[in-house]
Amino acid sequence: MNRLTVSGSPHVHDVMSVKSVMWGVVISLIPAMMVSFWYFGLGAIFVTAVAIVSCLVFEYLIQKFLLKETPTITDGSAMITGILLAFNVPSSLPWWQIMIGSAVAIGIGKMSFGGLGKNPFNPALVGRVFLLISFPVDMTSWPTAIENRFVFFDAATGPTSLGVLKENLMAGETVPDIISKLPSYQEMFIGQMNGSLGEVSAFALLLGGIYMLYRKIITWHIPFSFVASAVIFSGILWMVNPAMYIDPMFHILAGGMLLGAIYMATDMVTSPMTPAGMLVFGVGCGLLTILIRVFGAYPEGVSFAILIMNAFVPLINRGFKPKRFGGK
Amino acid sequence: MKTFALGGVHPEEAKVSAAKAVEILPLPQKVIVPLGQNLGAPSKALVKKGDEVKVGQLIATAEAFISSNIHSPVSGKVEKVDDYLDSTGYRRPAIFIDVIGDDWDSTIDTSKEIVSEISLSSTEIIQKMKDMGIVGLGGATFPSHVKLMLPDGKKAEYLIINGVECEPYLTSDHRLMLERGEEMMIGVRILMKGLQVQKALIGIEANKPDAIQALTSLVAHFPGIEVHALKVQYPQGGEKQLIKALLNREVPSGKLPIEVGCVVNNVGTAFAVYEAIQKNKPLVERIVTVTGSNIQNPGNYLVRIGTPVRELLEKAGWNPETAGKIINGGPMMGKAVSSTDVPVVKGTSGILVFDQEESKRPNVQACIRCAKCVSVCPMGLEPYLIARASEIGMYEIAENEHAMDCMECGSCQYTCPSARPLLDHLRLGKNKVAHIIRTRKN
Repeated sequence: MNRLTVSGSPHVHDVMSVKSVMWGVVISLIPAMMVSFWYFGLGAIFVTAVAIVSCLVFEYLIQKFLLKETPTITDGSAMITGILLAFNVPSSLPWWQIMIGSAVAIGIGKMSFGGLGKNPFNPALVGRVFLLISFPVDMTSWPTAIENRFVFFDAATGPTSLGVLKENLMAGETVPDIISKLPSYQEMFIGQMNGSLGEVSAFALLLGGIYMLYRKIITWHIPFSFVASAVIFSGILWMVNPAMYIDPMFHILAGGMLLGAIYMATDMVTSPMTPAGMLVFGVGCGLLTILIRVFGAYPEGVSFAILIMNAFVPLINRGFKPKRFGGK
Repeated sequence: MKTFALGGVHPEEAKVSAAKAVEILPLPQKVIVPLGQNLGAPSKALVKKGDEVKVGQLIATAEAFISSNIHSPVSGKVEKVDDYLDSTGYRRPAIFIDVIGDDWDSTIDTSKEIVSEISLSSTEIIQKMKDMGIVGLGGATFPSHVKLMLPDGKKAEYLIINGVECEPYLTSDHRLMLERGEEMMIGVRILMKGLQVQKALIGIEANKPDAIQALTSLVAHFPGIEVHALKVQYPQGGEKQLIKALLNREVPSGKLPIEVGCVVNNVGTAFAVYEAIQKNKPLVERIVTVTGSNIQNPGNYLVRIGTPVRELLEKAGWNPETAGKIINGGPMMGKAVSSTDVPVVKGTSGILVFDQEESKRPNVQACIRCAKCVSVCPMGLEPYLIARASEIGMYEIAENEHAMDCMECGSCQYTCPSARPLLDHLRLGKNKVAHIIRTRKN
């Protein structure tokens, strides 16, 4: 007889692994990726490819030569960071800026804290915000959809819907005047508007979100409370003064609200551990997003909102414990 | 359908032996009867080398309050009273008996006839359960008579009978309910009388529809007993979870079920109580499921206590060449054993044998803070946090995070995508915390 294994219970394990979770996320990102390829064509494919390859290479190099550990790039997490970083930038971003963004996302955002599971901030957002502050012009030049499918250099660009709103409000116009300059809600739902690669199509993002809910990769708490609090906050402003503040539907469909609520804020590593904590986290993200969009200098606030709430996660985890069986 | 509110997992049920009727395992040549078969103090041996014993003869007696009598499961000659290597690899005292014939003590009624008239009084029932060495057969092996002796000022309202069998693979309780349902129901009535309650609830998971039907068809003859089907969810067989599922009452942290007016017993225990009270038969045998990927003919066997596990494995057709792990109990809470010489004890509900590939744990990866362990913990704890605190020796944090509430069901480790050894760390932490609490009291 061979030697018997003796180990503590349990002796069986669920089929879910880090790999299956991460690749599940990658699969759920496919619809939004397809939409970005459709609208932004070659540029989108190029940006996505450079971001993914850069993230994988930087993670490999850092693990191999700096941390001197066995590289784990096949677990899918660096690939997700790459895709999400690409989703958060315009399709005309120069390749070297994408590489810098990837280096910051993986290097500063993830590996400097010890790698997978230990980073306090969403790595892709760290990369994105770094690029936004370093290269504000390139990061806010949005190639217009469809007509730039086969153009990468010198693409015709236009502002995002949030940009149009902010600019015209600053110029003294009222919301009812501006609405005619914005895409219709139907176009915004499908994704026919200017913006970052992955944020444009609410439909594709919702599809991916439903898939992740079905696979139990995410729970409803963060996306729901994120969007609901943004709707309530912007709804109150809109009801108080519809000439100054646009309706909540616009806020959901415009910019990165859904990309943030479904993919960026739900990042397991950087979000709270209990349902109550997740709700608080989501509400914070929603309120901060609207606060920045409406009263801040930037037209868009999703990235900043999530990063700020990431910083609160340790406190939220302390304050919002699970309901204990038989506890007081 | 009813179930408990918090957490839980649903592992593959794999109850491959559910349709196999209970077979009587032939007597072994030698039995090893451990003196510590119950939760609490071990028993004291009454026999010595060379003594002749009959089946059912008292061979070890309870000396402490939480302890239990042990009776000879076979007839024959005591070879020695000596240490044996128990399933966890520790040396423990046991009585070794060479089997000769099958000569039962004359006071025991070995006929098949069902005796339904309960003639003993409440106190007599409790005393006789103690005499007959009845312990909880669900696995915890708490002396059953102690459960019926309520602390002053406490009153029981419900007797809860656990027919959940939430562990994957195991089918011994299932077969018992199907084949010995009537006797089991009489056992429940006896326990109700002992406990002086009017109501008993039997909880059975919905994956045993035949057992639910069999017992439901009997309830008309047994006033006060209700059968409830429960949604399949592990660990529903935990007594706190079962009470929550059946009555929506929550046993407070650190307290016993009697705090909410309940006493919980397993269906196997109820059957053993029937045999003890009505047939004068001590606890000398039990039903054991033998199953797993390594077993050719998974089945259920009526086994004398003390029978070496090897006898069961050979009967059920195991393959020693490919066997990787032998588990005493189910896959979620059972203990891996280091040798096939270990005996079946009162708490052995199943023997599970996995092939080598299945015996390995998945590779451990970094915690990705996915919070799945938090969402499946049936006690509402944060396993990742307690495990981490224990890992780095911060036992105050483990204690403050209620490590002692953990019932070691293993749902956290089962579900962890990073396959972290959460329960290993939790056990270590609980051990240390318990020690700290004891030291503080002294």
